[in-house]
Amino acid sequence: MTRKQRRAVLIGSGVAVLSLAAILMMFAFRDSIVFFHTPSDITGGKIAEGTRFRLGGLVKDGSVRRGNGTMVDFAVTDTLANVEVSYNGILPDLFREGQGVVTEGKMTGGKFLADTVLAKHDETYMPPEVAKALKEKGVKLGAGATMPAISKP
Amino acid sequence: MIVELGHFALILALAVALVQMVVPAWGARTRDAQLMAVGSPAAVAQLALMMLAFLALTHAYVTSDFSVANVVANSHSTKPLIYRISGVWGNHEGSMVLWVLILALFGAAVAVFGNNLPATLKANVLSVQSSIAVAFLLFIVMTSNPFERLDPAPFEGQGLNPILQDPALAFHPPLLYTGYVGFSIAFSFAIAALIEGRTDAAWARWVRPWTLAAWMFLTLGIAMGSWWAYYELGWGGWWFWDPVENASFMPWLAGTALLHSALVMEKREALKVWTILLAILTFSLSLLGTFLVRSGVLTSVHAFAVDPERGVFVLAIMTLFTGGGLALFAMRAETLRQGGIFAPLSREGALVLNNILLTTSCATVLIGTLYPLLLESLTGEKISVGAPYYNMTFVPLMLPLLLALPFGPFLSWKRGDIRGVAQRLTAAGVLAVVAIAITLALSERGPWLAPFAIALGVWVMAGAVSELLFRIKAGSAGFEESFRRLGNLPRSVIGTTLAHFGVGVMVVGIAATTAYRSEKILVMKPGETAEIGGFALTFKGVAPNKGPNYTELVSVFDVTRGGAPVVTLEPAKRIYDAPPQPTTEAGIHGSWRGDLYAVLGDAQNEDGGYAVRLYFHPLVRLIWGGALIMFIGGAVSLSDRRLRVGAPKRAAPKPLPVPAE
Repeated sequence: MTRKQRRAVLIGSGVAVLSLAAILMMFAFRDSIVFFHTPSDITGGKIAEGTRFRLGGLVKDGSVRRGNGTMVDFAVTDTLANVEVSYNGILPDLFREGQGVVTEGKMTGGKFLADTVLAKHDETYMPPEVAKALKEKGVKLGAGATMPAISKP
Repeated sequence: MIVELGHFALILALAVALVQMVVPAWGARTRDAQLMAVGSPAAVAQLALMMLAFLALTHAYVTSDFSVANVVANSHSTKPLIYRISGVWGNHEGSMVLWVLILALFGAAVAVFGNNLPATLKANVLSVQSSIAVAFLLFIVMTSNPFERLDPAPFEGQGLNPILQDPALAFHPPLLYTGYVGFSIAFSFAIAALIEGRTDAAWARWVRPWTLAAWMFLTLGIAMGSWWAYYELGWGGWWFWDPVENASFMPWLAGTALLHSALVMEKREALKVWTILLAILTFSLSLLGTFLVRSGVLTSVHAFAVDPERGVFVLAIMTLFTGGGLALFAMRAETLRQGGIFAPLSREGALVLNNILLTTSCATVLIGTLYPLLLESLTGEKISVGAPYYNMTFVPLMLPLLLALPFGPFLSWKRGDIRGVAQRLTAAGVLAVVAIAITLALSERGPWLAPFAIALGVWVMAGAVSELLFRIKAGSAGFEESFRRLGNLPRSVIGTTLAHFGVGVMVVGIAATTAYRSEKILVMKPGETAEIGGFALTFKGVAPNKGPNYTELVSVFDVTRGGAPVVTLEPAKRIYDAPPQPTTEAGIHGSWRGDLYAVLGDAQNEDGGYAVRLYFHPLVRLIWGGALIMFIGGAVSLSDRRLRVGAPKRAAPKPLPVPAE
């Protein structure tokens, strides 16, 4: 093989792998990304039942109830609307009423069935999408709800 | 007083760094030996000053000097000494000081050990290295001064976030930063080479040990972070494809590629342009990682509340160095002379395949990490990209890499004999098939792909061992001869074998724990028994307990296996005094089969029961064990005489073409 042909083989295999990766990424983005919504998006009827998405907002004060076994119910609010959430499992350490929360799951019969409640490392941490979404909705954060302000690692 | 001294040292370090940035580079341009000679003492002085600043901050933490705002915000007088020390880098300001300290350490190491470098190259490297220090010191002094005083001083600090008060996390940031920042040397060498317009094998010989050292520490740092997340966070996972995790993984992938391409450049003078580009990209990804972690622009389970304005500063630094580096590359890359040619089926070809797959997989991680930012700025839609994306993109790219890995070290340079190599790998192939059979026999359920994934790990492990056995002619040359050959092998060969073996070990651990993990969430009352992973756990009840700076509720589980007592697990829920924050302490029993992992949840309202989460993670420790073997492999390779930092050039050509990898 000449130098040129060898180079062509190298570049060709690089392009082949890159195209393969691009195709994989296209499929993966189509199938596996998860959208983020706040409660008022849901009452606005934007989301079909059974679609997997992330629900974010504040845990409504006084809404946390323990059910049978390990079931926990609570409501997520952006102060304009509330959505009832059911979660089977152990809530993260820093889960608090009045604080920001992100959960992942599906709407089923008017209720949000969460299979994941995202943990956080820092009590004052508010996931940026929650903070931004609440700000867009013009929500004034009440006592107990904290915006990112203090610097921690 | 000491605090002011530290602050002064920090500003002085900035001044010295400015001198080190300008003077040696000017000297290299005008061929003025005296100006170039300024670089080395300046680098050492910069290190000394940074060390002084760091020690002053540490002193403030150790003595709980609450007149310093940073100490007040992150420390507490009741905290054990080790966490008062680790608190220095457990916050934004202090961690940036550590960042620059390590940067200065690497710069000074080049100054001290780089006597055999061409004078202009050394001057340019020190100058580029110092320009990074200037940027970050400006950042610290202008936006993140750790020495700010408070008046009046409070009597007590606010304490360190409890989940950071942990032995693994105390050492995770320094290791990770040593890795991140270590790649700055490769970057500085790449920029210096572009400025000079020439590179040669000596350049690669110089860059490789630094890259290897950075890679080792990054490997260990990531593994330690993963281990910490596994046992401290109580969710039983070891990797979440979280943006903050990806931030450290991308430089690792690029750095691994760099390590292998620098090898081709050193031995064969090929892939020069590519290696230079990779060196720039690897450090750029380190800067991107710093930006992602420091700015908090992405939702992450590992993120802490941050100040967004600081993120903009880091973004500016990143843009400057990445953009500047790539622009210089675009202008000067053509001046680099191309080297040796090789057939596609050769050692070089295998390493090119390694590079293609590693950089492409790095790109999929990069796109997955940044896509949410991009989409939100374009359409306003908020999305998250999680594990399913990476399973569909990253994992398929790793499969051919692992499949091809054992072939690489067997192939000879320039032109390889693929059929001969396949013959030598027969035993490894047989072992992989046996692994499939054993996995199928042992497991009742699980995805059909899992046995193949485990076999892939065994294939890589066995392939690495086969290569070593082939080299020492085990079986064909007699025991004594083989042993003698083993002793004569270059350490870099043994290091390579170890590192590749570690990859295989890790793959087996990942495959086994992902496919065969079992999990139970249930409510248990005292006296009740639950079964998981062949163990039976009897819940005995809970009791309060008091630690040095926390109170906790400890639960007791008696664990038996086949009726015989094994261990008593005590998972707990802790509440720290300052700040008053709860943490979960998992109860973990490690065995050779896997880990039994118990987490105590909340008390149930009515009947005295507790929510309990139980896991069995088969072979999960192989993941971190594999990373540790990779680290050791790197260390063994680094101790090779030919690679040792500052070792004089080989006097005579090698008698035999013994490849180093």
